[in-house]
Amino acid sequence: MFDSFLLESIINGLLLGGVLALLALGLNLVFGVIDVVWICYAELVMVGMYAIFFLYVYYEVPLAGAIAAAVLGVALLGMILHRFVIEPVLGTAPINQLLVTGGVLFFLQAAATLAFGIEFRNIGIRMPVVEFGDMFFSFARILAFATALVGVLLLWLFLTRTYLGTAIRAISQDREIMPLMGVDPRRIYLITSAIGGGMAGVAASLLVLQYDVHPAIGLSFGPITFMVCVMGGLGNMLGGFVAAFIFAQFISVGGYLFQIEWGYVIAFCFFIAMMFVRPKGLFSR
Amino acid sequence: MLQVENLTKRFSGFVAVNRISFALEQGEILGLIGPNGSGKSTTFNMIAGLLKPSEGSIRLEGREIGGLAPIEICHSGVGRTFQIPRPFKQLTILDNVITAAFYGQRGSVTRAKALDQAEEALTLVGLPTDPQAEVASLGAAGLKKLELARAIATQPRLLLADESLGGLDETEMNAAADMLGHIRREKNITIIWVEHIMGVLMRVVDRAIVLDHGEKIFEGLPREVARDPRVIEIYLGSEKITFDEAAS
Repeated sequence: MFDSFLLESIINGLLLGGVLALLALGLNLVFGVIDVVWICYAELVMVGMYAIFFLYVYYEVPLAGAIAAAVLGVALLGMILHRFVIEPVLGTAPINQLLVTGGVLFFLQAAATLAFGIEFRNIGIRMPVVEFGDMFFSFARILAFATALVGVLLLWLFLTRTYLGTAIRAISQDREIMPLMGVDPRRIYLITSAIGGGMAGVAASLLVLQYDVHPAIGLSFGPITFMVCVMGGLGNMLGGFVAAFIFAQFISVGGYLFQIEWGYVIAFCFFIAMMFVRPKGLFSR
Repeated sequence: MLQVENLTKRFSGFVAVNRISFALEQGEILGLIGPNGSGKSTTFNMIAGLLKPSEGSIRLEGREIGGLAPIEICHSGVGRTFQIPRPFKQLTILDNVITAAFYGQRGSVTRAKALDQAEEALTLVGLPTDPQAEVASLGAAGLKKLELARAIATQPRLLLADESLGGLDETEMNAAADMLGHIRREKNITIIWVEHIMGVLMRVVDRAIVLDHGEKIFEGLPREVARDPRVIEIYLGSEKITFDEAAS
């Protein structure tokens, strides 16, 4: 018998997968090129969400303008993070890079709590619900999915069709040889950090339409993003993209078959099992 | 074109290169030879900027380049290859070379010019300019050619070729040696060629320098190398036959 609710949850999983894929892509890009995990990635998203909230609600900047400013602002924040926090410890043991970005996570959470308090804030835009047969879909999720796919496509085109993108892909394979070919790794790292930050800004603009912003919002999707990246193979953008959709299906369909919370439990169990089967990621050899 | 004076490199008291001096004329090919641990690679890496000299100077066309960062040295007109080829395996052959052409020169290079220079470098070494050709399709000789093409695409005036014959069979070695001679003629590039396979090398170089334990023990014409008693002493044994070939 045709189960329209199951189909609805599968499609919702697909829509959620798009957002997770966008989040994972920024993190994977930074790791793949600079070899540093931005533990504070979800907190950059939180900063972007706050920026959109205040610009749109308090300063009455049109939503498109607020989003553009947030994307640019978080891109700049990504560059600052690299230049002043990561670059000084780039040549040291990897644990140091994890610790400093972990420190930034707590700094941003604490700073947001001090500055904005712990209250949940919403930009107050009510998106319509799209009805298709017996199924209902959040327009915000459809928009997020479409934007995520466009973002992924644009990033792919940038990395494969431009010489700067080619240099970014090249430096992720052999960073020592690049200066001998005239490529300045510091410049490439800064640009990559800006792109990674910009993608966190884009994710913020999609999430702020669906979720309230508060200082701990990063904890809601930060760990999932990391798990998606690890399951796809850290630094493997294609792996992260596929893993995002698999993970989202476990959450969505698992949630439908059992309970919403069980969806996450099943997804995490799958993640743990995959760590035993393919510890280096889905597409590892 | 290049003046190296009293070049010295010390690693915590160990002297890897000791007060080496030599000079190169424009368009010359210099063979830099010596057994393992003789200081060839250290000298090479100091000229390319991967190591900072402890003492001495390296002047390229009158400008001091000793101690500059590798990117600065690349932009000054020095290209280098690696003994073990290090291609970007996930890029196509053409993209590998375009990246070098686009970024390896001082000042801005247009996309069209970078593409032209990359295609010219690939043609010069005999590799396909097909945009889809993958690095995985190349064998040992092909990978060496790709190393050369990438270095040439940066439009160097001085090319540092690091053991370009290693891992090749005799036919490939002869072809590679001929290719370096051809590149010099076509582009008027000055070349320093580090090698320990002497026979083939001596066919192409104008002059040779032999290093041993960080010291220069010989400098002269290729035909003189094999007759030098100090060189014979350090190479006695496995290289004897190659010496005989070089002398003949």
